[in-house]
Amino acid sequence: MNLYGPLWLSMQLAFVTTVVLIGLGTPLAWWLSRTETRWKPVMQAIVAMPIVLPPTVLGFYLLILLGPEGAIGSWWVTLTGNALTFSFTGLVIASTVYSLPFAVQPLQNAFESLPRQTLERAWTLGASPLDAFFSVAVPLAKRGFVSAAVLSFAHTLGEFGVVLMVGGNIPGKTRVVSIAIYDHVEMLDYSSAHQLSLVLLAFAFLALLAMFAVNHRWSRG
Amino acid sequence: MRRRAAFILLAIVAGAAQAGDTVTVAVASNFRSTATLIANRFGDETGHAVQLSAGSTGKLYAQIVHGAPFAVFLAADAARPALLEQAGRAVPGSRFTYATGSLVIFSTRVQDCLAALRDPGAGFVALGNPATSPYGAAAQQYLEGAGMWDLVSERAVYGENITQAWQFAVTGNAVIGFAARAQLRAWPHQPSCVYEVPTSAHDPLEQQAVLLDGASEAARAFLEFLRSAEARELVEQDGYEMPE
Repeated sequence: MNLYGPLWLSMQLAFVTTVVLIGLGTPLAWWLSRTETRWKPVMQAIVAMPIVLPPTVLGFYLLILLGPEGAIGSWWVTLTGNALTFSFTGLVIASTVYSLPFAVQPLQNAFESLPRQTLERAWTLGASPLDAFFSVAVPLAKRGFVSAAVLSFAHTLGEFGVVLMVGGNIPGKTRVVSIAIYDHVEMLDYSSAHQLSLVLLAFAFLALLAMFAVNHRWSRG
Repeated sequence: MRRRAAFILLAIVAGAAQAGDTVTVAVASNFRSTATLIANRFGDETGHAVQLSAGSTGKLYAQIVHGAPFAVFLAADAARPALLEQAGRAVPGSRFTYATGSLVIFSTRVQDCLAALRDPGAGFVALGNPATSPYGAAAQQYLEGAGMWDLVSERAVYGENITQAWQFAVTGNAVIGFAARAQLRAWPHQPSCVYEVPTSAHDPLEQQAVLLDGASEAARAFLEFLRSAEARELVEQDGYEMPE
């Protein structure tokens, strides 16, 4: 087994998932930060659920939902002819669900702390809401974006239980680094397990360090 | 009558063991349901409680090496118990084969298991990871012997252990699954097809038990009970072959 192949695959998965999450999470977080609907706590609870649910619960439901006989999986099969489970696309969907709160919550916090007058001033100056969002809100919420991206990426990189359930451990396609480490431990190949684990350990520390350092600098203006 | 005889024998074997001890047992996940039956029977007859922890053989092995407080190890292979014996973590001479597993191919979606196994367009084939799961390794040996490995490995998905491979097939995500015959026996539903892989097509799936260091008298009694005719009958009923 190629030692670093699974690490590279995990990086790709984490990158694609982060891009998808920023794309989906930004409007969702914006809506959550502005809405006055009484359903807001319900939405917030749903978004936060992956934090408290065991990954095996998510994985189990996803295995059924994404399977060729499941609600989403069967639709995907008629659309593309391929199954969603045991595929990279399936892992991206699973990871997006799994890491959703790690993208939405920092963004929502950042948007909620934006001073309301700043946006209103942009609107009175004739900026469209979208223009105001990108030229005023996004730069002011940059710390939220950094946190959301780093946490989504790192959380997806460390994903295990969900991938175990829907991935199928296919080399080069769904055998991500956490699964590979697990296999090495099972095979009593502790030296390979150590090598990969050390890389992850170092990466997790550096990613979090970078995030806190950036936030620290920006918070001092 | 036989039960009573077994009980008396056991009472003698258990000897000094105090009633009411707890035996901690690490059990390979494929044997969990059978082990539960045996543990209950053992508890009824001796008053000892049995605490089962199920997992894959490799994971349980790693836990034992690192000091997990188990008294008995019921592995899914012979290699890991032997390694523990070599490493001085097991009581020398306590190791024996308590069951020999059988491999089956099954599906919940097609009528002809072997045709679907050969058909490259039929969908995923689920098996235990051959590197970590004894049943997965047996499946690979069978497929290699039948000249189908290259074809099947293209669309293989690997469970962390045999139970997970089973899950992939039962949920319909894989069209074909390799499983232990015991799993199929314990399943309350009917598969759409079953093929029993000849045991000559792979190395014997010997599952060995071993007594771990520092085990109590109650633990010794449990292993003795596992050798008894009564326990062997339960093991056989669940779809395992018994060693002579």
